[in-house]
Amino acid sequence: MTATLASAGPSVYWYLTRSTGAVALLLLTFAIVLGVVDVRRWSTPQWPRFIIDSLHRNVSLLAMVFLVLHIVTSVLDSFAPISLLDAFIPFAGSYRPFWLGLGAVSFDLLLAVTITSLLRQRMGYASWRAIHWLTYASWPIALLHGFGTGSDVKSGWLLALSIGCLALVLASVVARALAGWPENLGRRGTALAGTGGFSLFLLLWLPGGPLGSEWARRSGTPPSLIAGSHSAKKSTGSHR
Amino acid sequence: MSHRVRVNPIMCEAHGMCAELLPERITLDEWGYPMIDSEPLSGTLLDHARRAAQACPTFALLVERERP
Amino acid sequence: MSNAPSLMAAEPALPEPDVAASLPRLLTGIPGHGAMSLDEHLSIHGLAPSARPRRRREESPLIARIERAGLRGRGGASFPTARKLRAVASSRGRPVVVVNAAEGEPASLKDRTLTHSLPHLVLDGGELAAQALGAEELIVCVCESALASAESVEAAIAERPRQRGAAQVRLVVVPDHYVAGQESALVNYLNGGSAKPTFTPPMPFEQGVRRRPTLINNAETLAHIALIARHGSQWFRRLGTAPQPGSTLVTLSGPVPHPGVYEIEHGCSLSSLLGAAGGTTAGVSAVLLGGYAGTWIDGELLRGLTLSDEHLAPHGAAVGAGVVLLLSEAACPVAETARVAQWLAGQSTRQCGPCVNGLDALAGTVKEIAGGVAQANATQRIARLAALVRRRGACGHPDGTVNFILSALETFAPAFADHARHGPCDACMHPAELPLGVSAPGAPRERGRVR
Repeated sequence: MTATLASAGPSVYWYLTRSTGAVALLLLTFAIVLGVVDVRRWSTPQWPRFIIDSLHRNVSLLAMVFLVLHIVTSVLDSFAPISLLDAFIPFAGSYRPFWLGLGAVSFDLLLAVTITSLLRQRMGYASWRAIHWLTYASWPIALLHGFGTGSDVKSGWLLALSIGCLALVLASVVARALAGWPENLGRRGTALAGTGGFSLFLLLWLPGGPLGSEWARRSGTPPSLIAGSHSAKKSTGSHR
Repeated sequence: MSHRVRVNPIMCEAHGMCAELLPERITLDEWGYPMIDSEPLSGTLLDHARRAAQACPTFALLVERERP
Repeated sequence: MSNAPSLMAAEPALPEPDVAASLPRLLTGIPGHGAMSLDEHLSIHGLAPSARPRRRREESPLIARIERAGLRGRGGASFPTARKLRAVASSRGRPVVVVNAAEGEPASLKDRTLTHSLPHLVLDGGELAAQALGAEELIVCVCESALASAESVEAAIAERPRQRGAAQVRLVVVPDHYVAGQESALVNYLNGGSAKPTFTPPMPFEQGVRRRPTLINNAETLAHIALIARHGSQWFRRLGTAPQPGSTLVTLSGPVPHPGVYEIEHGCSLSSLLGAAGGTTAGVSAVLLGGYAGTWIDGELLRGLTLSDEHLAPHGAAVGAGVVLLLSEAACPVAETARVAQWLAGQSTRQCGPCVNGLDALAGTVKEIAGGVAQANATQRIARLAALVRRRGACGHPDGTVNFILSALETFAPAFADHARHGPCDACMHPAELPLGVSAPGAPRERGRVR
């Protein structure tokens, strides 16, 4: 079936890996939003505390499901040479190694968070909490991975989705940093400064980076995949 | 063999889920911290108590068996 | 001490009645400056017997003797000492013995006095307990601010000959916080954590220092053990009352010529204690018994007061850690209560929501009353807060603070009502009397029998 699809154009896995990636980003964004709503103890009679908390846990697990689908489909897709190992060990692959590697880093962090959360009854609360903070690191890394590897990054809908998710996460980080202000001002200041710095970086980098010209070549796509792409692809108008 | 609900006040961070899931035994004070009725639990109430203990983000809520 | 005879199950013969029934006991020969040397200690009290059980799985005869003596803890809780020893003995693992001289109570000086001036008495008691339990480790805990005590104890440890098979003794200095001397807080600190109480169970006697069963006894309790081991339980019971036998140390402060640490027998009158201290130099509005977790008793009742738990119970008071704190009539009880309540709220380790929030709210309300800016329902608010806070912390600190405040409101009711209506009074400007830092009145003195 793969052979038939290859002659017809990009494989179904290629579409699946992009779509599951986008959905995973969306779900991870909601997981962070819900996590902050949870820790800030916001609730209404219609949305009691235990529901918010349950929702946070379930959305996070769903995000992991989509993330696994995203990884599996990218491996199964025959276009880009991505192996299963590339999902866990960053920067060792041959397809856009750095940007793909960021995805592996983010996935590793989320694996640690997920496993510790599933086993939290067996570990001390303090250790579980310390590892849970890694979620704040995993998200921007995932976003950069999406911008760097994503082939749809110039398309309006994905750009809008990414910016929308970024806005939600920024708002969540600010809301989180304000809880208990002004204790631990140093830590809060660092978090807000880091977040602001990251946003500034995106603003400066995106236009000349992924949104600029020849990003596929500059980001490390193997030359064989850039020149002489399938003629069938041209006919479907897909962008690489 | 009866069980009772108890809170570890040091771990408790006033998330408030316990009072939602076991209102028969737990109410919140004006600062959001649980006030426990330590009457014995049994049957379905015990199941609710266990669920409440699992829901507590900091494991502050404990369901304890009576010490003989 | 190396040839100490074993503590026989049979009690020693009672010495002459006069000698047996007299004070001082612990404070015998207490030096005016510095610490009593080992030689002097041995010449006064003689050699301590060994409390090791004769056969391995047998209980040490010392424990039964302490039970017959009816010794109760002198750290404030008055827990039966033999019961505590047995609880540790029956727990699994090699025990650790901790001497608790971490006296965080500002108005109490007895433990630092004992460890500073009579360290060998305390160390004897600790070693006897260690022998009775088969402990290999003996830890003496003193407060950061008790520098003189730390030096004395270190010197005394060095002075004592190291015996084969004896427990390793070491000194640990503990932060000065009010709650640092609480048992689980002490264990937490000794385990490398902070000096803050932990959630129990497990209790220290089951799992304490390095998860071993840990005996934590007040320094004075162990000093009594040192003498009970030598002279027997009957001797111990010759002073005091039947339910509360023996002598005890009290810290007397306030308008008296000679404030300080006294040794009294349980059941003696407050008047005789005051007499030994030279009488009162000013009118006394009330006396605080026990400490800042204790109870106020109106000055009019002073003359009839007897210092024993059974006589104090109707007043809602107890001897506790032996604090006898007189408040002069010149001071403003409302201002003082507000000050101490604020301090107590600040001494919360802030681990438990009800304590942090409740004590802050209570202290705030008392301050409002003192300043005349309280809401109309301030007293109801205090009663409600008191009920909200009791038994909802990991330790007894919120309960003690609530006791103190409620007791003050009751004892000084007219003054509080006056402040609520009219605000601060002239006496509010009077210099603060109730101690909050660590103070050191004159050198402790040996006192004769106080009846």
